[in-house]
Parts: sequence; structure tokens; C-alpha cells
Amino acid sequence: MNLRETAPKLSPEQYEKNFAESPPAMTSRQAAIEAARCLYCFDAPCISACPTHIDVPTFIKKISSDNLRGSARVILEANILGHSCGRVCPTEVLCEGACVMHEKQEKPIEIGRLQRFAVDYVLDRNIQLFHAGQPNGKRVACVGAGPASLACAAELAKFGYLVTIFDRNELPGGLDTHGIAAYKLRAKDSLREVDLIRALGVEFRQNTTVGRDVLFEKLEKDFDAIFIGIGLGETWDLKIPGDELDGVVGAMEFIEPTKTRAFKDVPVGRRVACIGAGNTAIDVVTAAKRLGAEQVHLIYRRGETDMPAFRYEYDLAKLDGVTFHWRTQPTRAIGQDGKVSALECVHTRSESAADGSRKIATIPGSEFIIDVDLIVRAIGQKPVTQLLHEVAAVALRENGTIAVNKNHQTGNPKYFAAGDCVNGGKEVVDAVAEGMAAARGIDAWCGSPRAKQA
Amino acid sequence: MADLKTNFCGLQSPNPFWLASGPPTNTGGQVMRAFEAGWGGAVWKTIGDPIRNTSSRYGAIDLNGVKMMGLNNIELISDRSIETNLREITEVKKRFPKHLVIASLMVESKREVWQDIVRRAEDAGSDALELNFGCPHGMSERGMGAAVGQVPEYTEMITSWAKQVAQTPVISKLTPNVTDITRIAAAAEQGGADAVSLINTINSLMSVDLESFAPTPNVAGKSSHGGYCGPAVKPIALHLISSVAKKIKIPIVGIGGIGNWRDAAEHIAVGATCVQVCTAAMHYGFRIVEDMADGLAAYMDDHAYGRIEDFRGRAIPNVLDWGDLDLNYKVIARIDRELCIGCQLCYAACEDGAHQAIERADATGGGKKNTNGMGVHVPRIIDEECVGCNLCALVCPVDRCITMVQVDTGLPPMSWKQRTGQAG
Repeated sequence: MNLRETAPKLSPEQYEKNFAESPPAMTSRQAAIEAARCLYCFDAPCISACPTHIDVPTFIKKISSDNLRGSARVILEANILGHSCGRVCPTEVLCEGACVMHEKQEKPIEIGRLQRFAVDYVLDRNIQLFHAGQPNGKRVACVGAGPASLACAAELAKFGYLVTIFDRNELPGGLDTHGIAAYKLRAKDSLREVDLIRALGVEFRQNTTVGRDVLFEKLEKDFDAIFIGIGLGETWDLKIPGDELDGVVGAMEFIEPTKTRAFKDVPVGRRVACIGAGNTAIDVVTAAKRLGAEQVHLIYRRGETDMPAFRYEYDLAKLDGVTFHWRTQPTRAIGQDGKVSALECVHTRSESAADGSRKIATIPGSEFIIDVDLIVRAIGQKPVTQLLHEVAAVALRENGTIAVNKNHQTGNPKYFAAGDCVNGGKEVVDAVAEGMAAARGIDAWCGSPRAKQA
Repeated sequence: MADLKTNFCGLQSPNPFWLASGPPTNTGGQVMRAFEAGWGGAVWKTIGDPIRNTSSRYGAIDLNGVKMMGLNNIELISDRSIETNLREITEVKKRFPKHLVIASLMVESKREVWQDIVRRAEDAGSDALELNFGCPHGMSERGMGAAVGQVPEYTEMITSWAKQVAQTPVISKLTPNVTDITRIAAAAEQGGADAVSLINTINSLMSVDLESFAPTPNVAGKSSHGGYCGPAVKPIALHLISSVAKKIKIPIVGIGGIGNWRDAAEHIAVGATCVQVCTAAMHYGFRIVEDMADGLAAYMDDHAYGRIEDFRGRAIPNVLDWGDLDLNYKVIARIDRELCIGCQLCYAACEDGAHQAIERADATGGGKKNTNGMGVHVPRIIDEECVGCNLCALVCPVDRCITMVQVDTGLPPMSWKQRTGQAG
């Protein structure tokens, strides 16, 4: 990436401070006090609010009794990626959103932070809680090494399947390793979590693109079932003039180096504009600010109340000093020597169409120009399921996602799929829940083979 | 404005709050600071032949992150000379003539030794004497403290020795580590005591370190049973004080689990004339007395009690033998739908721990929704099954959500004694 002007570098300490885990880890005493606040509800609403149905009151009571290993076991049995979910889950709208404390007009229990506390305990000590099941003679290939595949692989390994993960990236972990804001989850923590799955005997073949380096035919021959967890691909283009300029990048392209490189080596413009207002856009603008960008603009064609990002994500960006341009749409990226130097925008308004629906219309004459060195597109990712066209009977939906039944089985009975490539892009915890469900689906389809205990 | 001044055996105490004999009253400097902070009296750390203490000495039990719900100690009486203690008592009384200084005494069980220390303590200026018959650890192995207080005859004998020479009121301090404390209290009264104070600490072994198997407080990997006190012991104190109050006529000084004005008021309601505090002062310092006095005065103002005598002992007539309770009185639980947060703790408690009288909400939660649009599962009391035990109301985390309401049984009051023809 070649930028017209880059932001001045910060000191190593400043980078670490800017990207420090937020909120910080709990101390034992904080955890004890917070765990004691939990009422230990019977049939608790936080359990049903969690896509992976972690038994929250049970793991919290185990923190109270200082049984941290047991606490982590409860979490990880339900969700093998409990380590990253404790950090990246939008708990405010899931478990903590369902906490009965809201009804008492009190602060909900900090379930996410307590989960981090318990899981960190076993990870920091390399405590092995789970073991591979007795080999049942069946083999499964998982395509992609993101949360859905990891969850599916772990569950199958516990059942006794030999699982091989094929992934095009150098590092496993999918979005956890490459795409989630660094202050929420560092790549090294994601990789530490991957080791939990590796310890179950799951084999990882990185730098291996299925359909190119390994063909589906080969997988079909070598494996009893194939799981597809390939997530999503490139960010959609802006489809405006100047889209091709140096310094106009997709959100993933921008965030990935913040995860896999030293912060000082991550290119960021002095002035940055991000198009879109979802949670990924928030990750982009907050990362840009923390990397030292002086002016960061978020541009969204609808109004503030329409923004798809969660409220607390928005609050985070506001605290970081991001400038928000509501009802604004980019019209043209302007370049200088092939590098982006400005973004032309126009104001929009919402209009009623003839059929009664609302549509966005631009306001002629309201064009204005923002000086920028970097434009980041955060308007959603394209599906990458084209590669499945060569696989017979795997049906795709109109939006490019893979069609599956309730067992996560595709039109081709040997193929199962879950995660973003099926749901179109949801949370990590959804991918985990689906990946586990797919593992059960695969197991059922294989006849639930279990090796006789010696 | 309520008057907190208290008459104790003819002595005027500025308020009913005294520091109990213990670490906070070890030195004149501490006692003077306590008086400045607002304490009405102080019972000096027990004076006798100086001892040697162990290190460490205290152990505590925390509950769900709350520190020191219970405290125990294996500390003995004063480790300073009798002369030093008495000289400081004289100094304190000179500086604080209106505050009460009570000398706590413990010496070997010989008449002349007891009578000598009584005379010396009075000569030093103490306003009253507390005979320590209660200390459950260490001193009891040497035939003192609880070794005296556990035998009615010894309690009566030593009390009478002190009374033979004492010019000031004599308080016998009682140990709860007995089968029937009222017999010991009666023996003290028989021996001529002007008052009794109770309870001293309760025998306890605080905890065991599961790595080293050393009990706590840890003294070189070993420990010994010690005296238990703090918030956890208040219910035991209230029971024993109310029992003693029914048995004897002399004043009672209440001790045990007092941390705030409300605890103190409860002690007074079951018959205490004054109260003594130790653990709370050890936890938070002398400043806690300010709210004790302020809160008690506010309570009294709210209830139009001008003086402490106006409510002292008011709960005693209500403490009955079980056989005198009305078996025809009935309450059942009511759940306030508006206040219910749907934790279903009442259901779990009633179903597994009580009488299966609560029904879970159906899948819709009975229609109540929380702020996030999720169902709030409001359980339902099965009136016919509810025995009115209180358990659901006790476990409910929301104030006033579950209340126990009286239902008319249409029957006249009837106790077990009446039912079995034993009523007197």
C-alpha cells in the first residue's frame, strides 16, 4: 500500500497503550466480588441468550468457589473458543443483555470478563481439559481455519474423528487471528486458543487453498465428510471513480496487518476515511486512531439512528475522537500521482418511493471534499463460495451463501457448512454454535461411530 | 432529639456504646482516641499477670468477597504489666472524667489475688470492674477465663470474692461455651454481681489450609482453637441475652456481632443496658461509633423514644418457648409480578429445599418482558401447598418482591401447649 502521507509513528509504549486489552483483565479479587454478585438464577436467561448456551451461572459459581479449572471446563465444553468469545462477543446484546440484574435496575454481571478470567487461568497454565476421543476410524476435512471450522473440528475430535483443517492463510484462526480489532483480541491470543484444538489431535494444513492446491475430488476420496467454513472474502467495491487508486483498501486488508505485524509497521494515513457504519467500520476507525491517524472520518449514507454498529461500539469510536458524517455518500476518490488524496462526498436524504419503501437519494449541489490519504471500505464482504461451483449439488442461495438444512448439511450429503459462509456474516459465537451443530450433523450422518473403550 | 445517655448501675455513660475488652482497648492512647471519636465507655484489655502471645493471632472467614464476616483470635490478656495498665487508666480518667473506664480483670483463682487486683483497679480510678470469666482459649488451660465461667459454683465464688471488697459495680463476663448460660448468669447474680456481660467469644477453629493442612491462625504450621466473634455471631448473642434477661434481674451488657446502630438496637431490645463492640472497631477503626450514635438517635426519634429505656427489653416478652407459639396463625407467600426479575431462585429453593409450592412460569414467562424484549419468567405460588415457611422470601434478591401475607384460618389462637393440655 502506497500512501500520499502517513501518520507519524508513535513510541512502542504508546502503541501498546492504545491497543491494550479493553476492558483490562480482572484481578482475582475483582472476579470474586463480581462472581458473588451473580444470583445463580435457575434456568437463567443468560444461558438461552448465548448462541452456544454456556452454563453461565455454573461457571460463575465455580469462580466463587475458586474452582477455576472447573469453571473453564464448563465454558469450553459448550464453546471451545470461549477464550476469544469472552473478548469479542457483543455481550451487551447477548448474555449480559439478558441478565436479570437489568430488571433490578442494577449493572448486569460482567459475564464476558469473568469468562476471560476463568479461561485465561487454564490457558496461562497450559492445563489440558479435553482429550481426543478413541479413534473411530472416520476422517473429516474442514476447509477454512476460522471459528466455525475450529469448533467443528474440536467437537469431532472429541468424538474420535481424525480431522484435518485446510486453510489458505499462513496462520490459522480466521477472523480471530486476522480480522478482529487488536484491542479486543490479539493474534497471539487467537493462536493460543488454536493450540487447544491442535492438542485434540486436529491437523492443520496452512497455506493450502482448497480447489487449487488440493482439489475437492481428492478430499472426497480421502475423507468421510467435508466441512466448509470459509467465511467471507473481499470487501465490496465502492463502485465510484477512483476506486482503483493506491490507498483505497478493504477493511480486512487494513485490519489484518494490525494483527499480524508490529504496530509501527502498519501503514496508516495521516487522514483516513472509512465508508460504512457497521461494527467492522468501527474496528477500522478505532484502529486508525490508535495507530496515530490525526483525522479519521466515518461516512455513512443513512442517519445516526440507522447505523448497524452496536451502541457501545459507536461510543468507543466517539471516545476515540472520530468524526462522523451522517447522510453522506462518497461519489469520487481523487488521486495525485496514482495515490488517493481526497474523497468527494455528497449529502443524502431519505425519500419515499412509489411503492412506499424508503430510499436514499443524493442532494444535488451538496458535494464537498475531504482531504484523505487512506480510504477504507467497510460495506460488507463478498462471498467466496464461487469455488464451490465445481462441487456437485452444493446449492448456493441468491446472496452467495451456502444453503444447508438444520444439521448444516448442504445439497451434497457429504458436504456440511457453517459460519459466515452460511449465515452471511454474524458473530464469532454464532460461527462456533453453528460449527458445533455441524459436527453433530456430520456425526449423525456417519452413524455416530464410537470406538469401543479398551 | 433522643437522649442516648445511659444509666448503668448508677453510673452515667454518655451513650450506650462501649468498646469491649480486647485489642482496641490495649493502651491508654487507644482508649483516649476512642473517647474522642465518641465512644461512651471502654472496657480495658484484660489486666492480670502479663502473658506472652503467639504470632500470628487472628483468623477470619470471608463470605462471597465480603471480608471478615467472622473473626477469631488466640490472643491472650494484656501482655503489659499491671502497673502500666493501671497508671494509664488513671491518666485516661483524668483526661476523660465523664467517660466510663471499666477494668477487665483476670487473675489466678485465689481470693486474696482477686481482692488485691480489685482494690488496685479501683484505686487507679476505674469506674467499674468486669471479671473475665469467658476467655475460651489459652487462659482457660491455666484455670482462668472460661475455666471459671463454665462452672456455676466457681463463677459465684469468684464474683463474691470481688464483691466483698469492691466499691464500684462488678460485671461478670459470661462465656457462651456452656450448655446452659442462664445457670451461669444466675450464679453470678447469686454471687452478688451488679451486672453480667455476654457473650464472650465462641470456641472455633477458623480454617484449614488445604495445601499444608495448617489450621489458622497459623503459628509455625500449627494452631489452636480460638474465640469466634464478628457479624456471624450476633444471632447467638441475641438468643443468649434474651434467655438470660428472662432469668435474672440485674442489668446486662450486650456483646456479640454489633457492627452498627441496628445491631445495637436489637441487643437493647432483648434486654441490654449498654453494648460492647470489638470486631467492628478492629475492622474499621473507632470512627464507626459516629454512625452508631447518629443512627440510633434517628431510629429513636422516628419512634418517639426519648430515652433508651423507652424501648429496652421490648422484644423480651415476644421471645417464647416454641410450645407457646400460635399454631393457627398462617401466612403464605405472594410474588409481586411487577418487581419479579425472573431469577427463579424461589422456585429452586421451594422445589428442592422446601415444600414444592411454587410453579415455574410457562414458556412465555406469563407475558412479562424485560427491557430487551426477553421473557421474564415470573413463578407462581401454589396457595394450597404453601406452608408459609419464608424460604422463598429469604432467597428472593429483590426487596419486597416476595411478601408473606396473613390468611385468616378462621380458628382462634392455639399453641402446642394448649393443644396438648399443658398450658399453665
